[in-house]
Amino acid sequence: MSATATEGATRVVGTRMLRREDPALLSGEARFVHDLVVPGALHMAVVRSPFAHARVTGVDLGAARAMPGVVAAFSGADLAGEWAAPMPCAWPVTADMQSPAHYPLAVDEACYVGDGVAVVVATSPAAAADAAAVVDVAYEELPAAVDLEAAASDAAAAHLGAPTNRAYTWELDPDPSAVAAAFAGAAVTVSERYVQQRLVPAAMEPRGVCVVPQPFGGEVTVYSATQIPHILRTMLGMTAGVPEERIRVVAPSVGGGFGSKLDVYAEELLCLALARRLRRPVRWTEERTEAAQATIQGRGQIQEIELAATADGRIQAVRARIVADMGAYLQLVTPGVPLLGAFLYHGVYDVPAYSFSCVGVFTNKTPTDAYRGAGRPEATYAIERAVDTLARTLGQDPAEIRRRNFIGADQFPYASVAGLTFDSGNYEGALDVALGLADYSGLREEQGRRRRTGTRMQLGVGLSCYVEMCGLAPSRVLASLNYVAGGWEAATVRMLPTGKVQVVTGSSPHGQGHETSWSMLVADKLGVAPDDVDVLHSDTAISPFGLDTYGSRSLSVGGTAIVMAADRVIEKARLLAAHQLEVAPEDLEYEGGRFSVRGSASRAAELGALAFAAFVAHDLPEGMEPNLEGSATYDPVNFTFPFGTHVAVVEVDTETGRVELSRYVAVDDCGNQVNPLIVDGQVHGGIAQGVAQALWEEAAYDEAGNLLTTSLADYLVPAASELPSFTLGRTVTPSPSNPLGAKGIGEAGTIASTPAVVNAVVDALAHLGVTSMEMPVTPERVWRAVRGAAGQSQVEQSQIEQSQISTTGGGA
Amino acid sequence: MQVTVTVNGVPETHDVETRTLLVQYLREVRGLTGTNIGCDTTSCGACTVLMDGESVKSCTVLAAQADAHEIITIEGMAAADGTMHPIQQAFQEHHGLQCGYCTPGMVMAAASFLQEHPQPSEAEVREGLEGNLCRCTGYHNIVQAVLAAASPPEAVR
Repeated sequence: MSATATEGATRVVGTRMLRREDPALLSGEARFVHDLVVPGALHMAVVRSPFAHARVTGVDLGAARAMPGVVAAFSGADLAGEWAAPMPCAWPVTADMQSPAHYPLAVDEACYVGDGVAVVVATSPAAAADAAAVVDVAYEELPAAVDLEAAASDAAAAHLGAPTNRAYTWELDPDPSAVAAAFAGAAVTVSERYVQQRLVPAAMEPRGVCVVPQPFGGEVTVYSATQIPHILRTMLGMTAGVPEERIRVVAPSVGGGFGSKLDVYAEELLCLALARRLRRPVRWTEERTEAAQATIQGRGQIQEIELAATADGRIQAVRARIVADMGAYLQLVTPGVPLLGAFLYHGVYDVPAYSFSCVGVFTNKTPTDAYRGAGRPEATYAIERAVDTLARTLGQDPAEIRRRNFIGADQFPYASVAGLTFDSGNYEGALDVALGLADYSGLREEQGRRRRTGTRMQLGVGLSCYVEMCGLAPSRVLASLNYVAGGWEAATVRMLPTGKVQVVTGSSPHGQGHETSWSMLVADKLGVAPDDVDVLHSDTAISPFGLDTYGSRSLSVGGTAIVMAADRVIEKARLLAAHQLEVAPEDLEYEGGRFSVRGSASRAAELGALAFAAFVAHDLPEGMEPNLEGSATYDPVNFTFPFGTHVAVVEVDTETGRVELSRYVAVDDCGNQVNPLIVDGQVHGGIAQGVAQALWEEAAYDEAGNLLTTSLADYLVPAASELPSFTLGRTVTPSPSNPLGAKGIGEAGTIASTPAVVNAVVDALAHLGVTSMEMPVTPERVWRAVRGAAGQSQVEQSQIEQSQISTTGGGA
Repeated sequence: MQVTVTVNGVPETHDVETRTLLVQYLREVRGLTGTNIGCDTTSCGACTVLMDGESVKSCTVLAAQADAHEIITIEGMAAADGTMHPIQQAFQEHHGLQCGYCTPGMVMAAASFLQEHPQPSEAEVREGLEGNLCRCTGYHNIVQAVLAAASPPEAVR
């Protein structure tokens, strides 16, 4: 024990330690929900509406029930008695928010393509699917609210009998007269409209759930591919009417989430209700088409942003108006997603006047909810695109106009016009590092050469300077935003008799490497080797309290709880060490798992030995309880505010419209890092997802509300061949808000990258007169933009460009 | 129908339904759940295994087609003493996985690719793995891992 304590004195926090999660995942040993072998389990299949909006006038289950292997089949009406409450929305953002009751199966009215209307339970997945195919549902098709702006003006009702499709209007308008004055007196204004297309999160592991009841004991175990086992337990109890203490939720290995597994889903409730009713285990694994239709989608906003600026480009006011597509129902945090961006439409800039409003609108489409970044990518996109437009309008360099408007490094903590306190930052520092890594001036020279020669392949450079708010979240702030829960995280650290350590965390990882990072935190605290620290998580029987993993919160909130718990272990051990060494506790120095008497270092007690002494309890100070264990719950005092600058370099083929992302530089500041290897990985993956929104991905619907992109063959998740390697840099500005100085990095890449790429495309074509570009930036959109600009400004264009564009031929 | 398939060196004979996919056979009959299922359109590559040394997407091969063939799954990559295959090691050393769901298929695809391209360029690696989707890593570190695994020629057995 003392040996490990001494070895552990080498600090590991800050090193690129390899992940302990990897061997199980690399060998096929890891178990995802679908891998669990559960004897006697039945398989559920869901019958889903093929109409965006329809009355359900009859459900005939006779043929399905007669199919081989079928155990039971139910309509929504059959199961109506199973629910103690509708499915939960935890974020009623306004007191008058409309929220149509949402049950796991629709009863009278189906409200999106994919809305469940019946279930079949059978002895095999194939038997269940075969039987689901013969369930005869009679529908009476209704007008559907598909287009977001048409829905906002109530052209068609998304829900029968609802007075309006508007779920809520939420405003942040601290000083309307200041905004009005700024626009009235502005030398320059910018007014832009952007569409945030819907996205399919597309975690590689589809959702899955397996509910194992103990009918005689009254308990039930729910295995789910979820990010939120703790929240799910509470919500399942409230919705299905099962006493919460009887529910154990386990998230085994979970194959990615990105927010899509931060929800309470119909299938989880259905499996629970069916297992209870049939007294047998019931399981369901999502098919990829269901993942597109019946798992939440991300984004889905129309944004209008206006800037008021002085003649030299200083931004005096930002006004943003958002229409946000809720989809057919409010899922767990659907209405709150735009609010997570509401405070950030002025970005990294020191703006004195600010106004934001958002209208949440129901449509007959798949519900939206949090998807990587959740509100902050949308806000960052709007301000960073608009600032580029401002730079173009004034003929200024986009880097310089950003520099001119930055919140200065000497202004932190910064009281923002939107009411936040930005913890720390050095935005210009990150910009400088990024411009250096990208060789910005060299890129501009190359761009100039290409413009002069009028070559077919034009070069574009796009900047994105971002700040985001994460580390969700101070509970009091959540209360002010009408969120129904808190934002704390819980942890326990316990020393076992042999000096090994168990950490219990309320965080619930699904790819983030928490086991590795948390072991590093505790190893340094307790002076043990990381391998001697086991990290337990994602099982409500093991970690009874937790608020789970989303919103880049797990290190800054959950990690802080862990080090607080470790400190409590150390403080108790100090009392025991003082007892053993017969000195006062305050006469002991602690470092690396060892207490030594100040001024007499050879008189010492090792933490491992103290753990054993506390376990045998033969000689403890009067009143001390046996064992060394500490628990802590940390409620953050503020959000954390990671920031950085990303630079995208694109080559745009002006003849075909093809865009190639040729280089990408990301400089991020997430405060202090526990494991830079993992930070790098989070940034890489985040960039890829943000680039994908810019260039490829869209959950596309037809006019009738049919989702057109229902498989990975037509929803374009990028492959390795479509992306470059990324150049990463980092600055380190610790957060003063938590003892780790950590901020968060899970979403930063996605938040920053989308506007960088689209700015780069517009930049490549700006000299041709292109000023706008919608996402995804398809070759067709680029081609049309180049042609359109050529038609509008022929005089300004060189002969070479003219002849090149004319070779694309044809009418628009 | 009856099939005899050698999986990770072990031949077994089983009765299967004719519609049984190889991935279902591996997971449900042979109990080898390391091979994951990520889609139903042969798009994602999570279910990639080696059939007679070449990568196949096991959702697109019938168990019947694997009759009398040799299959290697992710469970068959490590040495008998538990030492991970050099490609597996490279994935860990270069942080080429996060959630790990695409990883078994990615490793198998990489093994087949490196067999055919022992000294690939980065661009060749990216093209060679385009049939396998990953949502976590942005591919950066997967590419680094495959390039690193290519360095010792004996990386592919």
